[in-house]
Amino acid sequence: MLSRAAWSLMLKKSGHGRREMHSPEAPARGEGKMPPYANWYAERSYPMPEEPFCSDLNAEQQALKEKEKGSWTQLSHAEKVALYRLQYHQTFAEMNRRSNEWKTVMGCVFFFCGFTALLIWWQRVYVYPPKPITLTDEWKAQQLQRMLDMKVNPVHGLASHWDYEKKEWKK
Amino acid sequence: MASEVLAKHLMRGLLARCLRIHVVEAFLVSLGVAALYKFGVAEPRKKAYADFYKNYSPEKDFEEMKKVGIFRGIT
Repeated sequence: MLSRAAWSLMLKKSGHGRREMHSPEAPARGEGKMPPYANWYAERSYPMPEEPFCSDLNAEQQALKEKEKGSWTQLSHAEKVALYRLQYHQTFAEMNRRSNEWKTVMGCVFFFCGFTALLIWWQRVYVYPPKPITLTDEWKAQQLQRMLDMKVNPVHGLASHWDYEKKEWKK
Repeated sequence: MASEVLAKHLMRGLLARCLRIHVVEAFLVSLGVAALYKFGVAEPRKKAYADFYKNYSPEKDFEEMKKVGIFRGIT
């Protein structure tokens, strides 16, 4: 959304409109483009599109457009709604409606996280070399014993949790 | 569209009022946090160290460590 506003600003500054970007001006230039790249597309961060939603008007719609040039108090409610619908694709309520897309997104995110976990598990089993001796249980026990003998951190830390009389961890 | 007259809203000084409230609130919150830290963390820590060193004897500690055999310079 941010990029659309920035892109449009860049085009305006360079003197081109969105329609004339790659011209020579060909008929029905905006056709075939889908939203959000169509010229009539609007969103909450870009509420005023370049082109009206309906550009090819039949006779009745053109008559209505002529009537619009006069005083608006003469337009009936249905006519005003019809004019709005000619100009804009959706109302703000319609364009800002929420959707369930987040569920799909989160589902795919979790799915691929799980898949990655499987890959990492395989890697742990088949790729990693054996542990260095300093990480074996025997070595770690000897290391811990030495730390307790040295009384590391006797006030708040490791040695403060060891009962030296009973030779066990304090409850 | 309504025909009755509404009371006039407060039109000025809104930011100043907001700031005043928030300044007072910030002051109180920071005082509270500082007091909590002092009495929740700093004082217990000071007490723990004081208790540890009350009956501490470095000679006794040294003898215990020497007996276990962690020193390399002496046995």
